[in-house]
Amino acid sequence: MIGQAGRPPRGASLLVAKVRRILALIRKEGRQVLRDPSSFAIGVVLPLMLIVLFGYAMSLDVKNAPVAIVLQDRSTEAREIAASFQLSPYFETRQAGSMAEAQGLMLSGKVEGIVLVQSNFARRAALGDASVQIVVNGIDGNTARIIEAYADAAVAQAGARAAGEDPGAAGTGGQAVVEDQLWFNSADDSRYFLVPGLIVLIMTLIGAFMTSMVVAREWERGTFEALFVTPVRIDEILVSKIVPYFLLGMGGLLLCMASARFLFEVPFRGSFLILIGASMLYLLVSVAMGLLVSSTLKSQFLASQVTLVATFMPALMLSGFIYDLRSVPLAIRLVSYLVPARYFVSLLQTMFLAGDVWSVILPNAAVMAVVATVMLALTWRATRKSLG
Amino acid sequence: MLASLRRVLALVHKELLAVLKDARTRNMLLLQPVLQCLLFGYAATLDLNNVPYAVIDRDRSAAASALLAKLDGSGVFHRIANLTDIGDARRMVDNETVLVVVQIAPDFQRRLSAGEQAPVQVIADGRNSNTAGSALGYIDVAVQSFNADWARDHGLPQPPLQVVTRAWYNANLETRWNLVPALVGTITMMSTLMLAALSVAREREEGTFDQLLVTPFTPVEIMAGKAVPAMMIGVVQATNALLVAQLWFRIPFAGSYVTLYVGLILFLLAAVGIGLFVSSIAATMQQAMLYAFVLIMPFALLSGLTTPISSMPQIMQDFTAINPLRYAIDLVHRVYLQGAGLDLLWPDLWPMAIIAAVTLGAAAWMFRNRLE
Repeated sequence: MIGQAGRPPRGASLLVAKVRRILALIRKEGRQVLRDPSSFAIGVVLPLMLIVLFGYAMSLDVKNAPVAIVLQDRSTEAREIAASFQLSPYFETRQAGSMAEAQGLMLSGKVEGIVLVQSNFARRAALGDASVQIVVNGIDGNTARIIEAYADAAVAQAGARAAGEDPGAAGTGGQAVVEDQLWFNSADDSRYFLVPGLIVLIMTLIGAFMTSMVVAREWERGTFEALFVTPVRIDEILVSKIVPYFLLGMGGLLLCMASARFLFEVPFRGSFLILIGASMLYLLVSVAMGLLVSSTLKSQFLASQVTLVATFMPALMLSGFIYDLRSVPLAIRLVSYLVPARYFVSLLQTMFLAGDVWSVILPNAAVMAVVATVMLALTWRATRKSLG
Repeated sequence: MLASLRRVLALVHKELLAVLKDARTRNMLLLQPVLQCLLFGYAATLDLNNVPYAVIDRDRSAAASALLAKLDGSGVFHRIANLTDIGDARRMVDNETVLVVVQIAPDFQRRLSAGEQAPVQVIADGRNSNTAGSALGYIDVAVQSFNADWARDHGLPQPPLQVVTRAWYNANLETRWNLVPALVGTITMMSTLMLAALSVAREREEGTFDQLLVTPFTPVEIMAGKAVPAMMIGVVQATNALLVAQLWFRIPFAGSYVTLYVGLILFLLAAVGIGLFVSSIAATMQQAMLYAFVLIMPFALLSGLTTPISSMPQIMQDFTAINPLRYAIDLVHRVYLQGAGLDLLWPDLWPMAIIAAVTLGAAAWMFRNRLE
């Protein structure tokens, strides 16, 4: 032992002792992580699973939407409409004899939309006043809207064929046409924004969820109090709890970066060092949140549920990763400013797709640094207070 | 039989006391569904209502103004700046000050009058390509409306075919109507699966499981005693979430409550079965919780909650066959919004029954074998 009675240790040897104590604790924590199969599950299996799910499974695109076609008019013009849907790569069509039959198909979930050509279609088409009715299943509004747009295009195509001309060609009179450019993601690939979001989710899980469980367990079992009677100090305990999960989180980050680059071929246009720095800040925030939750609640079940509700769900729903924060009500937008993941998502999306835009990076990094400091201070207080 | 029932009831009573006696746990279990529904009901919208945009109008003609008026009057687009320089526009997109830049060429009106196509250049920030895609869709609608006005005012022929669109079950296509009912299943699964997974693991960790085993309880009775309380809590949570959907968000309920609760109870049985199975293979509470979580994650992401199942690759769609949440979300949607009856819900009900039977059976087998 260093610092025996009778000979007060000098500053340098005090520091050496401190570092040795921290290292010993880190070693113990690291072994615990490595030996427990459930840590492996959450540290390695879960990130890999999320990468696969986000990269390959999640998509908002619609293809082969099943629709029922009801032809009340059997004229060539009406068949032309049906053919247009049958030929479209976006639809899988089936005929329905009546509107009632189509409604039954919709109710049982066999079709997502109905195309109705009414009985007087050919006659009205001759007068230039024909219409095609489209009914969509509104339960999934986003899908419904996409189906509507595809249906519009299919009908327009049929109309153009009937008029004997290409759609959108000149001759129909002057019209404004939109020429759009999608900056930063010209391929319009949804993985480009899902993969940066995925990194945020994984780092939140490893940082907050795992740390909170581990520390809550020590509180529940009383081993945390046992630590207090040893010469180890609170800041040393906290450092030893932070380091292993911090390293695990950085490992998760590298895994994500590698799969983003080689598996999904998402471009990374910023600089790697800045990304590492920003990720370390966010990881510090989430580890500190996990520590704070567990030191306050001291129960594994409560800690796991609160971390899920307070860190993971907001990182998924309120970070701007899927849902655009500009369109939510003001009160919710104010709440979203309290979600640290929001700043990391904004920073990551910019670094991946736009590059080093300092006017985005600096404010977001500054907020994360402040949050990390506040969280760590609160954790330190929560741990110290419960000693008494 | 009667004695067995009384033993199970005693165990249920004890288990409920153990979970609910702690005020913090009680509040969390009961209030959390309400809070999540409120927060995410407002947050999760794929509809845009506030798109900041900048304009570079090089034409300054009446036609250009009419087009921009369409955008400004849409209620979706908010003009932040009138620019003359594309460099400024680039900076505003980079900083996320604007989502969209609309550029009108100097010959816009001349080309329209000459009967030519007049391009409108639109630049969108693709960092979230989904949001950008929606914004471009709204611009298309505005431009089409401008074209229709122009054709009318200049005596040009209207497009020959009209499309009349209606949406059933959710006429305004609100994301919230889709999401809040889906949360009923998601939230209850998260809590009940965890509760069930922890219930046995906790006893094992604290050593009280061995004590339970020397009592007259059979393994099946112990399991029933663990499953029923978690399901009861799940039913209360689902009710709370449904109350928020109806009383706060005013989403009209089209179906029958009996049908809905029959479906939910079957779903909870499946969720609790998975939880108990996890519990039977985990050595500690921490393992039980982490394993449960590793399952909950893909269940939630592959359920149709955030992205539709029909858009997934076939392998992933096949995998969702063993996901009880997928059936529960479909069931709640169809009862709540479509008013479907039990006959139409059969494709959702039997897979949940099979999942429940398999997991509960496996858990019972594991418990019995661990006895020896």
